Amino acid sequence: MTDRAMVDGVSPPRFSVPLELRAVAITLALGVLGYTLFPDDLAFLTRLISITLLVLSLDLVTGYCGVATLGHAAIYGVSAYVVGNACLAGHSDPLLLLLVGAVAGAVMGLVSGVLVTRFKGLPQLVLSIAVGQLVAALANKLSSLTGGSDGLSGISPGRVFGVYAFDMYGRTGYVFSVAVLMVVFVVLLRIVHSPFGLLCQAIKDDSLRARMIGARVYPRLVLMYGVSGVVGGIGGALNAINTGVVGLDSIGFERSAEALVMLVLGGAGSLWGALIGSIVFQVFEHYVSAANPFHWMTMVGALLIAVVLFAPKGLVSLGGLLAGRTASVMRRRP
Amino acid sequence: MSRPLLELRNVSMSFGGMRVNDDISFSIGKGERVALIGPNGAGKTTLVNVISGDLTPSQGAVHLAGVDVTALPISDRVDAGLIRTFQITRLFKSLTVAQNVALAVMQRKGLTRSMFSCPMDRPDVRREWERALGTLGIAHLADRQVSQLAYGQQRLLDLAIGLALEPKVLLLDEPAAGVPSEESSKIIEAIDRLPSDIAVLMIEHDMDLVFKFARRVLVLANGKLIFQGDPAEVTHHQEVRRAYLGSYADARHAS
Ligand SMILES: Nc1ncnc2c1ncn2[C@@H]1O[C@H](COP(=O)(O)OP(=O)(O)OP(=O)(O)O)[C@@H](O)[C@H]1O
Ligand SMILES: [Mg+2]
Repeated sequence: MTDRAMVDGVSPPRFSVPLELRAVAITLALGVLGYTLFPDDLAFLTRLISITLLVLSLDLVTGYCGVATLGHAAIYGVSAYVVGNACLAGHSDPLLLLLVGAVAGAVMGLVSGVLVTRFKGLPQLVLSIAVGQLVAALANKLSSLTGGSDGLSGISPGRVFGVYAFDMYGRTGYVFSVAVLMVVFVVLLRIVHSPFGLLCQAIKDDSLRARMIGARVYPRLVLMYGVSGVVGGIGGALNAINTGVVGLDSIGFERSAEALVMLVLGGAGSLWGALIGSIVFQVFEHYVSAANPFHWMTMVGALLIAVVLFAPKGLVSLGGLLAGRTASVMRRRP
Repeated sequence: MSRPLLELRNVSMSFGGMRVNDDISFSIGKGERVALIGPNGAGKTTLVNVISGDLTPSQGAVHLAGVDVTALPISDRVDAGLIRTFQITRLFKSLTVAQNVALAVMQRKGLTRSMFSCPMDRPDVRREWERALGTLGIAHLADRQVSQLAYGQQRLLDLAIGLALEPKVLLLDEPAAGVPSEESSKIIEAIDRLPSDIAVLMIEHDMDLVFKFARRVLVLANGKLIFQGDPAEVTHHQEVRRAYLGSYADARHAS
């Protein structure tokens, strides 16, 4: 492998199909595993997937671009509200609703990106919080659109492909969500390995150095924010589609902060890290809060401290955790 | 000498009240090899920061191939072929060695908009980053993370990124400083073999290297350009000697 670069131009392509196939295989396996472990609680799993998309979305800007944000749920929440309204207005095709969510997310992402990536460090963080709070406050005020503190309810999406109805057990919703996650994950793997993705990481590492190779930093960051918005928007859409309700909790500060905690837990700057962090956190929360409703936050805190102490780069850095994460994948930092 | 590739007109740079570059003018033509020397803190790196666009001069103008670029962003200057390296290595540490250089190649070729393809392995791109790594003898490190490199190897990579950008004007800030001799000979070799038509301005403390490399020397002391001319003359120049002895200020009082 190390000698490969010296061989003249005839070595195998660096971006090989197996990486994507592996991602498909792993998400499918996780989907089946989830179904076997929680057959009676598919609602929990679909919610988990929806939040996972938010965490992946956050990873794109925080992990890959180094943007500090505590307002990312604005993207997720706005998209959920837009999708909810679209469905209530009679546009109930689930794929159409996903598209609506993606577009709403992209718009929110671009707007946030334009504002937030102008700044750096603490001002950036504060601005992201301000944007998030502003959007949450608007959601509360514009009750004709959002239902205010009651939220939107009665969202009932149509059949997937006109065939598979969303059933009361949540099976359709679950399969639908796993499929969406799989597609998004594979596309994101591609994006983070593309020249655009590499350039974003380069900007995160050293933005002056990136400028000195000719990069236009600001437009790149805004664009990545847009991509992140699409992903977060799809997450929000899944939330609305699967639960049938959208409330203020999906847009608030706590949702943003929780997503950041999950990302740090799993490992920012790695899509696998976002996936692992989101799953571990939510499964942990699910079990522990059921077993001990009063102290579960304490235990989550303890888990986080342990991770920060022993694996500061997140669970993903513990290496070989996930099947198929070979040394070569490590080097490529998916 | 035809129209200069790089020209500084009365450039001054102040931080607060401190003048770090004071009314500096010079020009460098196609194919020229110029050394910029001067004691520590003379303002050499600051001057490179001004030329490359990291700093906007308080006064004066920077011209690139006849065009005033003083108000242009860094990226436009890079597009025009003005490339620099750093005194303290700056690399993309979450990328591999190959990715560091390939990104420079792809940026130059306008491929970094691409979101889905991976042109890093396209033969024309690959040939270029492999050549840049090969020139500096670090092709065998292509798949390493930057964090795994020794400091000397990082210096080589910093220069490799510069070469991959195909400079027309190359600014080198002490490229061989702090580098073990094995690697510094690689760096010197690479600088020797630069395409003959590009203009190079090199900051360097090692006078042997300066004599070997430069046909013209600029001396900066206390922010002022106190000498510019033949390397053979520089050691005999009174003011330069004083500057290096640290008594420049005293000498000025006396005169
Ligand atoms: N951003 C800045 N803000 C304030 N002062 C600065 C800044 N950059 C440089 N200086 C000051 O300007 C002076 C010149 O610094 P500079 O780095 O240009 O010197 P140099 O000639 O490159 O020195 P060396 O040989 O040590 O690299 C120093 O006194 C330094 O402290
Ligand atoms: Mg310096």
